[in-house]
Amino acid sequence: MSARTPQQDFLRGIWRENPVLIQMLGLCPALAVTNTVANSLVMGIATFFVLTGSSFLVSLVKKLVPNEVRISTYILIIATFVTVADMTLEALVPDIHKALGAFVALIVVNCMILGRQEAFASKNPIGRSLLDAFGTGIGFMIAMLMMGTVREVLGNGTILGMKVIPGNFEPWVIFILPPGGFLTLGMWLMVIAWWTERRTSRARVREWPEGVATTKEAA
Amino acid sequence: MSGPPPIQPKPDVPAWRLLATLGIAGAAAGFLLVFVFQLTAPIIERNKAERLAAAVQEVLRAPHHYDTLYVVDETLTAALPSGANPADYQQVYRGLTEDGTPVGYAIASGEPGFQDIVRVIFGYDPGTDALLGMKVLESKETPGLGDKIEKDSAFVNQFDGVLAPLEGVKAREGTGDPHEIDMITGATISSRTVIKVINNALARLEPLLDSYTASAPAALAREAGQ
Repeated sequence: MSARTPQQDFLRGIWRENPVLIQMLGLCPALAVTNTVANSLVMGIATFFVLTGSSFLVSLVKKLVPNEVRISTYILIIATFVTVADMTLEALVPDIHKALGAFVALIVVNCMILGRQEAFASKNPIGRSLLDAFGTGIGFMIAMLMMGTVREVLGNGTILGMKVIPGNFEPWVIFILPPGGFLTLGMWLMVIAWWTERRTSRARVREWPEGVATTKEAA
Repeated sequence: MSGPPPIQPKPDVPAWRLLATLGIAGAAAGFLLVFVFQLTAPIIERNKAERLAAAVQEVLRAPHHYDTLYVVDETLTAALPSGANPADYQQVYRGLTEDGTPVGYAIASGEPGFQDIVRVIFGYDPGTDALLGMKVLESKETPGLGDKIEKDSAFVNQFDGVLAPLEGVKAREGTGDPHEIDMITGATISSRTVIKVINNALARLEPLLDSYTASAPAALAREAGQ
């Protein structure tokens, strides 16, 4: 939250504060519609659109909206963008819209989006809010694709419908079923936790070569 | 006595400002939505028509072609009164073989389900009272539970050959009666909705289908089919 430079505003959401993988926000779509890469991608794009549109508008009207009705106004703005995205998807990609089902409409209650409005866009100028929304939106899309790729490859042997695993591979159907979402998310979180831990423990050794780190760990 | 100064209560924002803010935001949102709706509605309609045509093929076991009949004044007719909008009338699709023999009727209808209206299309053969197939056209049933009415092929396949009127039974409690449909565990309301849609639609339309079949001999049917 101490970001000051535009790069930090933008990059923060992509990795260090990735909405799904680090902040654990927006898990519902991340678990529910990531069974194929195409669904993940479309959901990521729709969420990105809603997030940037809402951040822009919320930042634009932040001085005009009285504090008492700010959440209602944000929800109204978000819901409008979601409905626009819903109708556009239904017109352009009806099959994927049908596969996503209720989850496009449920972007309204994605706490990641309302969270960015309340925590950032309502307090910061338009440019920074947009950068923040771009970063968070891309971070969400990356997380969705990480989930979708693993699930489609293991569960169906394909990426975007193209066969990538040749031969006698027997697809693990569980990965495109709901439990596969939890398994995949759990594995990614484990990898990230392991990686973060390794990095911090190395940094600690560098900072405290005497081994003060152990007392810190005990505390 | 010296202490922290009392917290000044913030001046109240007048109610009209709150109302105005939400009112203006709502109106702006409404205008934007109407604009996008105008742009997307024709495309969505076209997609729906294509999907419906594919669904008719599916539930009538791929007939050679089909014609559209309209329910006008409680009778079925192939010709609409002049100047009428086809979308205002309920439509029934009659599947025909290559030489014009009717194979059955596809009926689309809807009933409120667990979340929203569930729209179903099903094929029906009035000669044998048997269903030819069922497909869910639109539903917002709970993903993972209620949406099994369209995704669970074991449930969907039961509608091929079952006799009307349908009767829903709990899974594994069936007696083998040809009217029975095994409902999906965990999606009882959604399963029952599909059955209700079909039964209600047939109760309403079956007399119409019968009189239409009786009044349209094969020769006429052939003519209407071309």
